[in-house]
Amino acid sequence: MPPADKEAGTIGAFAVLCPQIRREPGTKTPNRGANEAANGSGVMTDMVYGAVPERGGEPILPKWWRTLDKWSMSCVLILFGIGLLLGLAASPPLAARNGFDPFHYVQRQAFFGGLAIVAMLLTSMMSPTLVRRLAVLGFLGAFVSLALLPVFGTDFGKGAVRWYSLGFASVQPSEFLKPGFMVVAAWLFAAAQEINGPPGRLWSFSLCMAIVLMLVMQPDFGQACLVLFGWGVMYFVAGAPMLLLVVMAGVVVLGGMVAYSNSEHFARRIDGFLNPDVDPTTQLGYATNAIREGGLFGVGVGEGQVKWSLPDAHTDFIIAVAAEEYGLVLVLIIIALYASIVVRSLLRLMRERDMFIRLAGTGLACTFGVQAMINMGVAVRLLPAKGMTLPFVSYGGSSLIAGGIAVGMLLCFTRSRPQGELGDLLRGRG
Amino acid sequence: MIRTPLRPLARILDARAKGENPDLIERENIRRRHDEMQDRARARAEGRLLVLGVFFFCAFSVVGARMGILASSEAQEPMASATGAAIATQRADIIDREGRLLATNFETHSLYAQPPLMVDPVAAAEGLARVFPDLDKERLIRDFTGKRKFIWIKKRISPEQKQAVHDIGDPGLLFGPREMRLYPNGQLAAHILGGAGFGREGVEAAEVIGVAGVEKQFDGYLRDPANGDKPLQLSLDLTVQAAMEQVLYGGMKIMNAKGASAVLMNVHTGEVVAAASLPSFDPNDRPRPPATGFDPSDSPLFNRYVQGVYELGSVFKIFAAAQAVDLGLVNSETVIDTSGPMRIGKFPIGEFNNKNYGKISVADVIVHSSNRGTGRLALQIGSERQQQFLGSLGMFDPTPFEIVEAAGGQPLKPKNWGELSTVTISYGHGLSTSPMHLAGGYAAIANGGQYVSPTILKQKGPQYGPRVMSENAAQQARMMLRKVVTSGTASFGEVPGYAVGGKTGTADKPKPRGGYYEDKVIATFSSIFPANDPKYVLVVTLDEPWIVAYGEKRRTAGWTAVPVAAELIGRVAPLLGLRPQLEPGQGAGYTLTSN
Repeated sequence: MPPADKEAGTIGAFAVLCPQIRREPGTKTPNRGANEAANGSGVMTDMVYGAVPERGGEPILPKWWRTLDKWSMSCVLILFGIGLLLGLAASPPLAARNGFDPFHYVQRQAFFGGLAIVAMLLTSMMSPTLVRRLAVLGFLGAFVSLALLPVFGTDFGKGAVRWYSLGFASVQPSEFLKPGFMVVAAWLFAAAQEINGPPGRLWSFSLCMAIVLMLVMQPDFGQACLVLFGWGVMYFVAGAPMLLLVVMAGVVVLGGMVAYSNSEHFARRIDGFLNPDVDPTTQLGYATNAIREGGLFGVGVGEGQVKWSLPDAHTDFIIAVAAEEYGLVLVLIIIALYASIVVRSLLRLMRERDMFIRLAGTGLACTFGVQAMINMGVAVRLLPAKGMTLPFVSYGGSSLIAGGIAVGMLLCFTRSRPQGELGDLLRGRG
Repeated sequence: MIRTPLRPLARILDARAKGENPDLIERENIRRRHDEMQDRARARAEGRLLVLGVFFFCAFSVVGARMGILASSEAQEPMASATGAAIATQRADIIDREGRLLATNFETHSLYAQPPLMVDPVAAAEGLARVFPDLDKERLIRDFTGKRKFIWIKKRISPEQKQAVHDIGDPGLLFGPREMRLYPNGQLAAHILGGAGFGREGVEAAEVIGVAGVEKQFDGYLRDPANGDKPLQLSLDLTVQAAMEQVLYGGMKIMNAKGASAVLMNVHTGEVVAAASLPSFDPNDRPRPPATGFDPSDSPLFNRYVQGVYELGSVFKIFAAAQAVDLGLVNSETVIDTSGPMRIGKFPIGEFNNKNYGKISVADVIVHSSNRGTGRLALQIGSERQQQFLGSLGMFDPTPFEIVEAAGGQPLKPKNWGELSTVTISYGHGLSTSPMHLAGGYAAIANGGQYVSPTILKQKGPQYGPRVMSENAAQQARMMLRKVVTSGTASFGEVPGYAVGGKTGTADKPKPRGGYYEDKVIATFSSIFPANDPKYVLVVTLDEPWIVAYGEKRRTAGWTAVPVAAELIGRVAPLLGLRPQLEPGQGAGYTLTSN
């Protein structure tokens, strides 16, 4: 957060002139306590003379609770609960196939989900600066492990090397890379905005391309699209020229066409999408039929059939299981939850003055939302088939924890904090 | 907008004069500018974020709406039809011209195992080994107790075997329905039907696909579920085909031939009523194709009448004679000098057994099968017109006969069609064709001079193509062919009451590495009957025949192919509905007596 760091120097110079200095949250300025208690000059006197011990601002928990976007967090927790509920329905066939007891995967989901929630809560309590610093470190780690995937990774017989096998669990570095990248890119964008700042846009673009290339090589077009989309959204919010946006849309279309003609993996899925009548024995066909079977209120708990025929019922097509067993009602609830998280976060970010926070929050919220949208769009054949998990609902250890971290960051960035309105008023800028 | 410079000179100088740090001024100005930029950026981002928010809201609404539409369209697609419908199972039947069954489907079962479901894998393996002696018990036990989760055991089992496996009583042994292709007539018409095999296989069903013959040629039609109750009707006649295969097999054995083929074709419609290639195979259990490196013609899969492209010899002479008559160069009575020596370039043109027929009529050139006589006719015709004529008879392209193998029967013609080729091709050397080509050519002579293309599908009425020779030329050619049988090389071909006409051909077999064998021939008899009003063409070809007659080992067609063809005509003509008839103009052969 370069502006704050730079300002730290200036504050000293102007503190005397103007006690209501714009204060960036989380920065330890020497006169922080004075700001917090600016209305009582007696306290200030006591402080100066050392009668009252200096307090580091408001206690963490109360402040966190006061400034948190509680609605969004509730939505995330409800989604996680729905994920567990659906796991009860969707994962027993998988457990039976792999020779575990029926709710083996639900237990794992609950365990990892617990970790994810803890990660989310911890992250959301941090200051944006700390989040940024940790995220940059995490990003470096994830980037290196993504680059080393071809050497140490495994493909679990699925034809794409995306995972590290740790024995008890597998880790997909790209899941952790995504939130890290959003933060790093936002940081670079914000730095580029500074006078005498580095060419951050170019740097972040090169970084984005490097990641996309690595992901395409795996091949993992889904994650590559997400990263590209996240970067694009950030660039858009950071003030991309309209002409460039149009050109980029063209490039994306062109890239899609190249991928279509060069990658059989990709072409098959697009062909399957363009074909108007869905083959009922494909995954999509099963998913469509499951949604139709479900109707408004579903066929009933445990009565669903699609989970027995879909190999990815617990991940990519979990929405089909939801639609079949619990009906349209639950699906609409899930959609509403995702929509409210994304839209609320974006609306809250509209007020945000700090460019880094705004951009990072936008990137995180949009990738989160778009991932959910693509997953559900595929199940209803609005979008071509693309293996993408439903965040927080689908089964998957590393994706859950990575999702928890990402949403934690998002919650941290959307916390309400002073946007300097008072300072504006005092300085006559409002 | 007025931009404040970061270091306004006036203030800097002022600060310097007062001894203050001028950098502070720049710092402050940068901060002010950042504040401005931040406000501008936020104003712009506000709008864009709103756009994003609306976009997401709309997109989620669309997904939700689509879910709703999908969820409410339940009744339109019943689940029952959805599963297992991907593999179409009803393959259309194939029937002969009278509607008799040639190929149909038969319901059997496949047998597979899922070891995780097994109660007692070892007992199951032992039981299976009892039911199917060809299975290896040890291997089954290994498979069933190992890590495998799915094992195909048998692709097709009979109902009895199914019951026996069922009686083993292990839940891990499962059956899948399997429709198989059945050829109830066994080997009959094997080369035409070809055979079928399994394509894509699933547990619930397997796709039956044609692998050869009409099964492959018409695979699209036969597989189309819309044609499930519309059988494919061929021009074959089952009884005639059976008689032909029986007689031809006997003939092949008597004549010590290693292979034989026969084509019987309707001269007006081009319908192939029967066609046989021996040795044959059973399409129910189609043998594997021969490994590369072996002569493909040694495999029973080799279809001699379309794939067997050979120089067929003197049977071609009639084309030279017919064309010469057609062009008005000669008529059947024109006298041709067949005496030697005759040289084209440095190649001498000789006669069989170095005979010399002297000056004889065109008809006698055919009757005696004079090489020099036809050679001289061909020289009169010229190479251009000869090529054009043979081309119009379809001798340069694979036959349009509708089995996949026919496309492989590409005739071999000389690259450089000079005078020598003109002469040799007039008596059937230098141009390699299949018996099916020959049948097409003779059909044109038999039906009055119009090309018909051989077909395996039943036709309604005559299917004449373009006219290739005049009615008169065809008529004279038929007369010559009849004379070959009554007083020429094919005298064994006489079948009382059916007025057979035809031409023999005996060609030395080429060696694979060039040159010709001295003692291996392809003997061909190409015939039409009844000669006065031809209905059918029959081409009989024997591969490497020989027979000892009158103390001599004989290979010529007159001794080998002709008697077989005569026997064949005697057997099939009544089946074809032809009554024995007296030839017109032969009234002197019998006397009417009153009873």
